[in-house]
Amino acid sequence: MSKRIDVKDLNVYYSKFLAVEDVNINIDAKSVTAFIGPSGCGKSTFLRTLNRMHEVIPGARVEGEVLLDGDNLYGPGVDPVTVRSQIGMVFQRPNPFPTMSIRDNVLAGVKLNNQKMSKGEADALVERSLRGANLWNEVKDRLAKPGSGLSGGQQQRLCIARAIAVEPQVILMDEPCSALDPISTLAIEDLINELKDQYTVVIVTHNMQQAARVSQKTAFFNIAGTGKPGRLIEYGDTHTMFSNPTEKATEDYVSGRFG
Amino acid sequence: MTATLTPVKKRSALTKGQLPKWAPYLVLAVALVLSAAIMALIGFHAFGWGLVSAILFAAGLVGWSGAVEGSRKAKDKLATCLVVGSFLIALLPLVSVIWTVLVNGLPGLMDPGFLTTSMNGVTGAFDNKSVEEGAPVVGGIFHALIGTLLITLVATIISVPIGLLTAIYLVEYGNDRPLARSITFFVDVMTGIPSIVAGLFAAAFFFAIVGPGTKTGAVAAVALSVLMIPVVVRSSEEMLKIVPNELREAAYALGVRKWRTILKVVIPTAISGIASGVTLAIARVIGETAPILVTAGFATSINYNVFSGWMASLPTFIYTQILNPTSPSNPDPSSQRAWGAALVLIILVMLLNLIARLIARAFAPKTGR
Repeated sequence: MSKRIDVKDLNVYYSKFLAVEDVNINIDAKSVTAFIGPSGCGKSTFLRTLNRMHEVIPGARVEGEVLLDGDNLYGPGVDPVTVRSQIGMVFQRPNPFPTMSIRDNVLAGVKLNNQKMSKGEADALVERSLRGANLWNEVKDRLAKPGSGLSGGQQQRLCIARAIAVEPQVILMDEPCSALDPISTLAIEDLINELKDQYTVVIVTHNMQQAARVSQKTAFFNIAGTGKPGRLIEYGDTHTMFSNPTEKATEDYVSGRFG
Repeated sequence: MTATLTPVKKRSALTKGQLPKWAPYLVLAVALVLSAAIMALIGFHAFGWGLVSAILFAAGLVGWSGAVEGSRKAKDKLATCLVVGSFLIALLPLVSVIWTVLVNGLPGLMDPGFLTTSMNGVTGAFDNKSVEEGAPVVGGIFHALIGTLLITLVATIISVPIGLLTAIYLVEYGNDRPLARSITFFVDVMTGIPSIVAGLFAAAFFFAIVGPGTKTGAVAAVALSVLMIPVVVRSSEEMLKIVPNELREAAYALGVRKWRTILKVVIPTAISGIASGVTLAIARVIGETAPILVTAGFATSINYNVFSGWMASLPTFIYTQILNPTSPSNPDPSSQRAWGAALVLIILVMLLNLIARLIARAFAPKTGR
């Protein structure tokens, strides 16, 4: 239940502005891949191209290929909705639907698409997803309460439960811990470790320790200056990237000597 | 007695140089008395008394504060006086209107059958009798109440779908395209259309489509929707705009189609604001007189059918009762009925505003733990 992603010669644009240039990367299935780099270097933009969320912004477009187990996401006739149901996403800020209960938030992917599901199946899916997000024990007695009443860390895990309830092949996470305290961060990192047994996980993070803790492979993005496009500088095993990187810029960044 | 050391009661050094708490009340009392004296000299007048008191109060308080507390505090006091003064001036007509309508309208409202009978068969003879012999005022506003409610209901049924769908187009699909920009421009223009023009438009439209002289509740409803649609578009647009983009993206990321996202995420999130906006739009048009006069005419009997026959409404009822009293020689009963109808209209508008608040509270996203 997980697929690999291969990106070939990808350029990402906002209208005429080239935001990310010439990315080639192979992301392994059933592993955690971390994107690191300074702010504004295009990691989040690039992440959003992996499930066609980038084009939600007016004027945004891409050139190049993103292959999900060999199928091009940007091929002619590909429906972005199909892509997104296979490649889930967790955002920087927890964003549970405010009008829905905890249970309905988990079932959102099913219910909003009007798929019919018996109550028994739905209950099983809610429990499975919430257990998968390590949230079941905390919320099992208040599934009918609104999701916005949870703490920030719980809300973020609820969003992860919502993402895995649609059983995607890949889960993209855009700085999922940046709004959370260390304890909630630890809970999410443990969760990412468990998720990689079933899913392909790609995570953008500003926290290099986090990248070192959770990921098998790390990609370092950098930008030459404001107004210049972001580029993938180096990509390799996390251990190598942090102990013995090839590029000078990577070494400067991971050792904190950057800029 | 031995001399004991009693602590000298002195003011804290931190509160030095401040006016005592009762200072404004003292100044107010002095201002009231002084201005009463001035008024007694030049002839007493309640309005003048209030005005002179206000000026004296402001001058006295600011001057005293300037002497004791310094110029910064004095300016603060002056600003407070101006703000409170403007507030009172703004409140004056409001309170006056409600008071006048209550005093004049209650006797009419208290008439038996005022809310449950129509003016069908009520002639000047009855009014003459009630004035000359003290018989109760007969006749009521039931037909006008029904007319107002039906016309407004039909207008709402026409305007809400059009207005809401327009707002959805503008916010979700418009993307600042020329079409979206021109719609926004024309909606703004429509907001300023005089209501009589809306009435003439609806009348001319139906004259051309159905036949000359077509005056029914439905024509009035069309005229009211011309006034209502821009209000609904504007308020719904604002409400849809403040739905965070994160929620839309969250739904897209779950593989939900755009129209389902709008229907099941965006609108439910904004529904409380949309519903209260619609209610306020209804309150805005329920008191319109001119467009109804030229589109629905006026009737004295009950008409439940908006598609045929002239129809009464509360504003036109008030208008005709005042301008053409049922009994020209004794207009008092008619004027009593008009004030009663005005009171009912104000109560309706107040109820609508109350309902808007209740709806907003009922639909607001819950934040319980």
